[in-house]
Amino acid sequence: MNQVASVATPAPANSITASALRRHTLWDAVLKHGTRSAAITVLLLLGGVIATLVQGSWLSLSTFGPGFLTTEKWNPVSEEFGALAPIYGTLLTSLIAMLIGIPISIGIAIFLTELCPPRLKRAISTAIELLAGIPSIIYGIWGLFVLAPFLQAHVQPLMIEAFAGVPLLGGLFAGPPYGIGIFTAGIILSIMVLPYITSVTRDVFETVPPTLKESAYALGCTTWEVVRKIVLPFTSTGVIGGIMLGLGRALGETMAVTFVIGNAHKIAGSILAPGTTISASIANEFTEAETALYTSSLISLGLLLFLITFTVLAIARLMLLRLQRQAGK
Amino acid sequence: MQNFDMGRYHRRRRLSSLLMIGSWCAAVAGLAILGLILFTLFWRGVGGLNLAVFTESTPPPGAAGGLLNAIFGSVMMTVLGTALGTPLGILAGTWMAEYGRNSRLATTIRFINDILLSAPSIVIGLFVYEVMVVTMGHFSAWAGGCALALLVLPVVVRTTEDMLLLVPDGLREAASALGSPRWMVISKVCYRAAKAGMITGVLLAVARVTGETAPLLFTALNNQFMSTDMNAPMANLPVVIFQFALSPYPEWQQLAWTAALLITVTVLILNIVARALSSTRLKKD
Repeated sequence: MNQVASVATPAPANSITASALRRHTLWDAVLKHGTRSAAITVLLLLGGVIATLVQGSWLSLSTFGPGFLTTEKWNPVSEEFGALAPIYGTLLTSLIAMLIGIPISIGIAIFLTELCPPRLKRAISTAIELLAGIPSIIYGIWGLFVLAPFLQAHVQPLMIEAFAGVPLLGGLFAGPPYGIGIFTAGIILSIMVLPYITSVTRDVFETVPPTLKESAYALGCTTWEVVRKIVLPFTSTGVIGGIMLGLGRALGETMAVTFVIGNAHKIAGSILAPGTTISASIANEFTEAETALYTSSLISLGLLLFLITFTVLAIARLMLLRLQRQAGK
Repeated sequence: MQNFDMGRYHRRRRLSSLLMIGSWCAAVAGLAILGLILFTLFWRGVGGLNLAVFTESTPPPGAAGGLLNAIFGSVMMTVLGTALGTPLGILAGTWMAEYGRNSRLATTIRFINDILLSAPSIVIGLFVYEVMVVTMGHFSAWAGGCALALLVLPVVVRTTEDMLLLVPDGLREAASALGSPRWMVISKVCYRAAKAGMITGVLLAVARVTGETAPLLFTALNNQFMSTDMNAPMANLPVVIFQFALSPYPEWQQLAWTAALLITVTVLILNIVARALSSTRLKKD
């Protein structure tokens, strides 16, 4: 009897019943449409972000018009707002970050792909990538308490002295060493974009076919010549994509900059002076903004930031995408 | 060949060595900065670590206290953000890897998702402020959690998709050939094969939002007292750091450093665990 039962029990499982078929069809449909609507939600979110920001900034944009972009004045008392100083600060800090960050990142990438002993490679890559994981507020507090006093005491006086008499550069490095300011924010940003640019650059450097590099070495090229004439031309699209990705980060970075920028709504000639960026203005002032126009002006700044970073990031992604397609072919 | 220009050769060698030394220095500088930041955090943060940090709430200016309410708030909002963002992200990633693949819609979503991945988090904060805080009429932990969910989402979408694409199509075909319906192929074969990678993605997403400050500034705001009401402003570590570090009171600054240490250690542990998970998976392959 026992034997019969054990043979008989699996029988229903083997034959597909109509109800099981219905159940599977139902589950298939649920999963397919469920996942599809989740995917579309991602798309709608971005649309929602843009729509909300446009709606929120409408009041300020209709009040100030295009003059909003070209006015330096930012006066909460008389309710006159212009975005020129934050735009200037955002662009200038990012420029400094890129000037310092790009050579160092590419240097690290060259080190990792050409010079590093294989045993250390993974450890160093991981360490550099951990830099990307450190929250931006940590860079902020470190910048405020460690970097800014150091720059104020040791670096900025030297810069002021060195460029004192020089016609154009003198103005750029003029004024008392505040410690905090545009220059310090640029340095912090350059540290923050380092891991992003490095990891993309290293990845694209590794796509260079070894035969190409070996041929160049065999012809007598030095390591630098291989990098300059083989690796960089081969990977230029990817490297620029990585740089744009880092730039996108630098432009939108908030907390680290807020700590060290000084939050002054004015355009000083000197890069050592305090300034402000779009994101720092929003972070510092949003909860204090009491009138509708003030809030709306800050949201306009947010919209502006989003459009700038969107463009930069879109260009970066398109370049990296093109590279992937080339690699696929 | 006879008139080989030795001077030029040496110049080339020198230039190369010089630049390679530069690249060594760049690597050393990168590591030194990481070391310096971690060292400063431990140096300034460890001194403030004591039992009170975990048992008392944030103090008024000039008094001693702890970070209990901020730790609690951070945990609550991170959990909420992960709980909201992860399922949606996994579903969306599944569609892109399993159903959409190369369709135009999937390509567009992939592109948009990549943009959201690196979009400034402060803009996400503004969005949630407009949608939730203005509508509800007050700051709340719900809004903070939703803002974090929006940051978790793109990370999870991206890793889920990447990891599912790594699953060989042969596995899917084999499962289908055995008569499995699509939903079983995905849930019983693909998800299992990609499990480690997907968990890595979620851990990385949690690590990312743990230290996020900007979107919380005007969604969850801050709260000096212990509060378990998700419908009210709630304290959280990043905003406490922001407020306390910029204050003139030494006690507050000390707490800010301690909070910074706590966050960094958490984030680094999450990152390292995530990396360990994904590397064991690679070894198995």
